[in-house]
Amino acid sequence: MEKKLYSINAIYHTPNDILHAAKAVKDAGYTKFDVHTPYPIHGLDDAMGLKETKLGFVTLAAGILGAVGMISFASWVAVKDYPQVIGGKPYWSWPAFVPVTYEIAVLLAVLGTVGGMIVFFFKFPNTSHPLHDTTFMKKVSSDKFGITIQAEDAQFDEKKVRDLLKTTGGEVEAIYYSDEFLNFKPNTFDPKFILLLVGISLATSAGGYLYWNKVLYLPPFDWMVEQPRFDVQSATDYFEDGRTMRLPVEGSVARGFIPYPYKLGVNADSVGRFLVNPLLNTKATLDLGKRKFLTYCSPCHGNFGNGDSRMNGQFPNPPTLHSDKVRLWPDGAIFHTMTVGQNVMPGYQYQISREERWAVVKYIRTLQRAYNAKESDLQ
Amino acid sequence: MSAHETVIIPKKELPANIVTLGWGLTIVGLALVAVSYLTDSHRAAFNNIIGFTFLASIAVGAVFYIALEYIAGAVWTTPFRRVIEFLGMLLIPVAVLSIPLFLNLHDLFHWSHTDVVAKDAILTNKSPYLNEQSFTIRFIIYIVVWGLFYFIFRRNSLKQDVSNDQKLTKKNIALAAAFIPALAISISLFSIDWLMSLEPHWFSTMFGVYYFTGTILTSLCVITYFVVVLSEKGFFFKGVNENHYYSFGALMFGLLSFWAYIAFSQFMLIWYANLPEETFWYIARWENGWEYVSIAIVLLHFWIPYFMLVSRPSKMKPSNLKRSAALLIFAHFLDLYWLVMPTYSKTPVFSYYELAFPMLSIGLIIVLFAIQAKKYNIVPVGDPKLQRGIDFHL
Repeated sequence: MEKKLYSINAIYHTPNDILHAAKAVKDAGYTKFDVHTPYPIHGLDDAMGLKETKLGFVTLAAGILGAVGMISFASWVAVKDYPQVIGGKPYWSWPAFVPVTYEIAVLLAVLGTVGGMIVFFFKFPNTSHPLHDTTFMKKVSSDKFGITIQAEDAQFDEKKVRDLLKTTGGEVEAIYYSDEFLNFKPNTFDPKFILLLVGISLATSAGGYLYWNKVLYLPPFDWMVEQPRFDVQSATDYFEDGRTMRLPVEGSVARGFIPYPYKLGVNADSVGRFLVNPLLNTKATLDLGKRKFLTYCSPCHGNFGNGDSRMNGQFPNPPTLHSDKVRLWPDGAIFHTMTVGQNVMPGYQYQISREERWAVVKYIRTLQRAYNAKESDLQ
Repeated sequence: MSAHETVIIPKKELPANIVTLGWGLTIVGLALVAVSYLTDSHRAAFNNIIGFTFLASIAVGAVFYIALEYIAGAVWTTPFRRVIEFLGMLLIPVAVLSIPLFLNLHDLFHWSHTDVVAKDAILTNKSPYLNEQSFTIRFIIYIVVWGLFYFIFRRNSLKQDVSNDQKLTKKNIALAAAFIPALAISISLFSIDWLMSLEPHWFSTMFGVYYFTGTILTSLCVITYFVVVLSEKGFFFKGVNENHYYSFGALMFGLLSFWAYIAFSQFMLIWYANLPEETFWYIARWENGWEYVSIAIVLLHFWIPYFMLVSRPSKMKPSNLKRSAALLIFAHFLDLYWLVMPTYSKTPVFSYYELAFPMLSIGLIIVLFAIQAKKYNIVPVGDPKLQRGIDFHL
């Protein structure tokens, strides 16, 4: 193993000594030298003649990358990938992106600074240095101050360097290294090592799966789904007729409900004579009638009862309500037809209440009067 | 003890041309103020608020820095503390400038009309706070609190020049601990009273911090400007170096970033919530030409000085510090103009009315500084931290 000279070092005991030594070495014209101290010493940069670090530019570049990257990403998400209207604002609402842009810029600037320092300045993945594991390093990292003048310096001459360092009052020593030591790199891609990593990841995944999904498995919480009760509209063994829902007692009548005694097929004209419209001709009645007419009747009979709706031709055409037959019918006949239906027209007693049906009758009467107005109506 | 060896104060009297400029600006400014009050007192009063809050920014900021130095045990500001103490004297013109404002209160503040307030449910609910009586009492309290602390700080500091008594520093530290919370509350309420209540229906919980940030930033800029100019002309001890400059630059940089943070946060919260009772204030500042002023503030108060001061060497360069400080002082004035004037006019207005108070303010700063510099040591020669401050090293 061939030993090469790395540097001539000197150890000092006080910060002042190291400041003077650094200045002397700089003034002697050496450029490849370094100073090691246990803690930062004011004025050492000047004494060594160090230039401003370039690390700030790495920070700036990383920060700008973070800012531009984040605002582009946020814009792409908000405008193109998943556009959503939030708070009635445009898709590209840049003020909303500012906080996250700022944070990512800071984050990347910080990570970039640390990463840039390690990669550019410490020459990662190089992990060896001739000064590693030396007594010199042990001293300067506890209570001594050291300077190293490297052999690769252009004007390096071992004797001159030793003399210079001696005149500054340091304890001079030399550091040797071997190429073998310097070029040692941990073999990261050794197949055995990779296999070990794969094995560990498989073992932890499998172990985790077994532990969480098998050993500690609990059935999902679903007690609320199954309850000892009967759902509406479902069958049951409990009652003889097999129905869950009970029927009302025969002959019972709901509150406020007046049963309609006549069935489909009875002559409307004859039934109508027994029924009397209970409503008065008020504006409220007519408004109600108009509303219900337009909702339920107009789709077939037309908005004005002419039997001319859009449904014409798709069904047997609904008759006009302005025929002599309907006009001469008593109110009750129209009411009966609405209630139970006629031909293809279904009964409407379940959609339109009794009172509303009488109101519709009033409205139909109004329409009829409008189409067959008398001279006296115009005065 | 070598405390006084390096302290060399070759000249104490400021150059005659600067003093003349100060007096000239003060007199012309005063004349313009008088003319503007005689021609259009309404507009003059609004400009008065700008000049008044501008001087208050510098004066209160200066007292804040005195207290900050004591409470933080800061060393690097000690050689410059006298500059800061001189600037605190602007509290007197602040008090004086409030007199024409109180005389024109009804022109300025919508809420001071009791008949209007009675018809307005919101203003009625705010009236326990916003009424002329409590407004006046509060203003007197602010001035008394600031003035009292300022004059005690200053008296102790001046006494120390002669007696070299270290106990005076301890006394001031205790005072500073009491002053800082009092300042935080009083300056917030001051900004609410004089600036936010110009639009009495509007409210923003960040407004106090917004004005406070502008205050300490502007005050620092004025201090920095004085320090740079004075040391360039040789009025300080030898040894104001890049370490001191860097500290000024870094603090300025930090504060202008903080200002931007607060200003943007205030804007974004209101923009996001989109409530009509809050947004109208920003809408008024984003139409009829005010949008250009708004953009100018964003650029002049943040982006341009940010890049002027972002790098390390730029914070150490006195010429660059001077430029940035001047720019930021102007930006703060523009910021106050932007806060106040939209209430007066739908469009930005500029004429000799708007020039009167800046001229008067700058003139007063120079004149008050020159008068005191003539009378007192420009460096606190008795302060125990002085030598450490001069030798300050990053």
